[in-house]
Amino acid sequence: MNGLALLAAGAPVLFAAGLGAGRLLARRTHPDGTDHGTPVERATFHTLHTASMAAPPLRAGLTEDAARKAVRRLRPLFATAALGLTAEDRLLAWDGPGRHHTDTALDRVRQVLATGRPQTFTVGCPDPDCPVRRGAVAPLTVDGRVLGALVVLGSGGSQSVVRATEEVARWVSVQLELAELDRTRTGLIEAEIRALRAQISPHFIYNSLAAIASFVRTDPERARELLLEFADFTRYSFRRHGEFTTLAEELRSVEQFLELVRARFGQRLQVTLQIAPEVLPVAVPFLCLQPLVENAVKHGLEESVERSRIAITAQDEGATARIVIEDNGVGMEPDRLRRILRGEGSPSAGIGLRNVDERLRQVYGDEHGLVIETGVGAGMKITMRIPKYRGGAQRSSRHRAARG
Amino acid sequence: MNQAYGIVAVSAAVVATLVIGSTGLRISRTTSDFYVASRTVPPYLNAMAISGEYLSAASFLGIAGLVAAQGVEMLWFPVGYAAGYLVLLVFVAAPLRRSGAYTLPDFADSRLESRAARRVASVLVVGVGWLYLLPQLQGAGLTLGLVTGAPRWLGGVLVAVVVTLAVAAGGMRSITFVQAFQYCLKLTALLVPAVFLVLAWHGDPRPAGALDEPPAFRRHTRVTVETTVLIRIEAPLRTVVSGAVDGRGYDDGRLVLEPGVHEVRGGTTLRFAPGTPVPERESGDGRRDGASSWAAPLSGGRDDHPLYTTYGLIFATFLGTMGLPHVLVRFYTNPDGRAARRTTVIVLALVGGFYLLPPLYGLLGRIYAPDLLLTGTTDAAVLVLPERLVGGLGGDLLGALVAAGACAAFLSTASGLTLSVAGVLSQDVLPSLGVRHFRLATLLAVAVPVTVSVAASKLPVANAVGLAFAVAASSFCPLLLLGIWWRGLTAPGAIAGLLTGGGSALAAVALTIAGPLTGPLSDGWAHTLLAWPAVWSVPLGFLTMILVSLATRDRIPAGTEAVMARLHLPERPTGQDAPPTRRGVTTP
Repeated sequence: MNGLALLAAGAPVLFAAGLGAGRLLARRTHPDGTDHGTPVERATFHTLHTASMAAPPLRAGLTEDAARKAVRRLRPLFATAALGLTAEDRLLAWDGPGRHHTDTALDRVRQVLATGRPQTFTVGCPDPDCPVRRGAVAPLTVDGRVLGALVVLGSGGSQSVVRATEEVARWVSVQLELAELDRTRTGLIEAEIRALRAQISPHFIYNSLAAIASFVRTDPERARELLLEFADFTRYSFRRHGEFTTLAEELRSVEQFLELVRARFGQRLQVTLQIAPEVLPVAVPFLCLQPLVENAVKHGLEESVERSRIAITAQDEGATARIVIEDNGVGMEPDRLRRILRGEGSPSAGIGLRNVDERLRQVYGDEHGLVIETGVGAGMKITMRIPKYRGGAQRSSRHRAARG
Repeated sequence: MNQAYGIVAVSAAVVATLVIGSTGLRISRTTSDFYVASRTVPPYLNAMAISGEYLSAASFLGIAGLVAAQGVEMLWFPVGYAAGYLVLLVFVAAPLRRSGAYTLPDFADSRLESRAARRVASVLVVGVGWLYLLPQLQGAGLTLGLVTGAPRWLGGVLVAVVVTLAVAAGGMRSITFVQAFQYCLKLTALLVPAVFLVLAWHGDPRPAGALDEPPAFRRHTRVTVETTVLIRIEAPLRTVVSGAVDGRGYDDGRLVLEPGVHEVRGGTTLRFAPGTPVPERESGDGRRDGASSWAAPLSGGRDDHPLYTTYGLIFATFLGTMGLPHVLVRFYTNPDGRAARRTTVIVLALVGGFYLLPPLYGLLGRIYAPDLLLTGTTDAAVLVLPERLVGGLGGDLLGALVAAGACAAFLSTASGLTLSVAGVLSQDVLPSLGVRHFRLATLLAVAVPVTVSVAASKLPVANAVGLAFAVAASSFCPLLLLGIWWRGLTAPGAIAGLLTGGGSALAAVALTIAGPLTGPLSDGWAHTLLAWPAVWSVPLGFLTMILVSLATRDRIPAGTEAVMARLHLPERPTGQDAPPTRRGVTTP
């Protein structure tokens, strides 16, 4: 019974410990009073810390949620009553008392939006207890456009408050510019997918059509089959909707691709497929497999005369699916590969490899990039680990949709 | 039981599992069978896998034991275990699959966009997983102890080691086939012996006449009591004793026990003549353990408030199934929401069919193995019946088959649970350290329940499972139902509900497991309320979640509409679920 008693006591303790650990991890950088330093140093540290806390929400852009968090974290920078953030002349978030002055403040915001210059104003309030006497408004400028304004309301209207307002508004603007940059980068990746889709074609299409043509007289039935494979393959590759697909669909496209390649190379290509059916419904980035298989075919067949073997394995690893593509082709010098992945190589070489690697990192984080083992003449083994649940991916695409 | 047969059968079950696990992958060498290899798991196979993972030691051993000991009222256990899938089918299966979540924390994350909600859900998943692992390990100890004569704790430790090694080494490579095989094994292991048992029962000159009176020994019986027990005797009873009764030592001494309560010291062997009524076991806290009117419901369970207890059981099992971590991850294998729903229907049939068998074993156990009532090890009823009723070589072989089935039962559930708990531990609870870290999490996932099960081996298997269900029902059921069907759910509301519902159920469970308390909690309503928390903790969880969500209405996640649309709209229009058959034809 002792052990049971232990469990009884242990369960809530573990529970609390788990929560505590989570909290601790989340706020490891929290400042505390044990700092040693001059008051100036401490003040600097404090300001920088407050600013860094407010930065992450702002990187999502000017949304209500982001503004609410940012304003709450920025308010300690001012010794004043209230802080507000607007997008154009729409109030996004307000922290502190004096909500009844928002209309007055928004009037001023409109003027600031028109002129692009900060201004101060006095607030006449009938309530003697209201802490709001004066206010300052500073514009948020990104790329020369005024997106919104920062509103500070307080009792005193000293010059320092006005300057602080301007500086903080400038800092917020920089964060918003960074957010804009993020968005451009994702846009770039989307453009790259489109480029990749367009890029599949030329050589492969010529070669496939030539191979099919060679069957038209000798084996018309086979030629018909191949043409249909070709049609299906191009339909999948050129489809316009969705950044994600399932592993099953991706494998089907690889199948069609390999069928067309075999029409050209016949028995020189040997393919082994080993798939755990559990991972087939896993969502994967569109066209993340086909470029890698194409790569393996190129290394195995087009650059050597030996028999080529390609193995594709997909295994279940609990919360992740592990996909391995292995070939016994010519391989590659690791340094050259590194340069390609960094994007320093010649623009034509290995663009598929680099594109897949970048998209995986973008969607799932840096720890889910491609793992490539290779050497000259030693073949190549490409491993990717795809999480079954792509929470971050869904969210970022949703945000993009909301913004776009 | 013949130990050689038993050991061979159990080893065969383990080896078959490992072989299927490592070779059951679909391998294709030519592109022509590519299509076969890349076909998703069909619903019937996935349903078998889910059933295989779900039917645990509690179902295989525990239900028969409870029915034998406490009567028809305990039939609510199999009913509840199966009916939980009905609730899952109607409210949860398809939307959950469409959400794309792999685990429950994933669902909290995707629906509420909150890291904190994810963390709380993770901690609760680990708690439920540990509570559920506990009886699996105990079942393992019981089975291996009976088959090989090993001490109770050894079996649990052995299974823990096997499971840890298998999971840490990368798990089974084709878990669906393994679990589907386990289901077939478990069904066979109960069905085939059941046929022989029923035949033997039918051929018995004295059919089950006396289910209402206290059961009687049918032949000369030796009973060795492992731990000290109190027995209650209604009429004078003759027995031959070696050991100590009421503090006096005997060595093959004849003894007439007078009506009243007697203490039998652990290690004592009692011998009874045929026709002797089985003495009733008196539990430590003075409540009667055996029901005198076995066949009538709500008449004499071990609790003071049988009606309430029954509702507690119904709440926990009906609503708790959807919160079992190892069951939910299997639904991910379905390609889409419709397949998930179809799978659940088949699971309902498979599980329901299986649950017809354990009550039969319980009934026969009461007639033919009444000595288990005296020693208190009624969980062993399923294992000893073939030997008692069929006997000879046939009995040994059937007994070995049952042992193999029991082995499959705790192996499959334990490995599934360990995998889920370790996954959640490494992903959400512990700080991230890389791949080696998952092995560490596996070790932790097993170590905690093993320690508890070694320290305390007295909890009835099915009861412990009931507690795990209660915690799952009062935390995850509100989260899933409200998360799927109510737009207004907010992250603070969900966290508050999880903590209040799950936390209170967990606390009640902890107090119950900690044993008979002294003071006001040891008896009456307070004890009943703590032992069957689901009736009040499930509404508490729902209420907290709804009220706090209403109070924090401004925190409704921004993407709620989009998430709701994804949860409830079919992935593709009906009729297009098969890949287009007119190949090569496309429309813009």
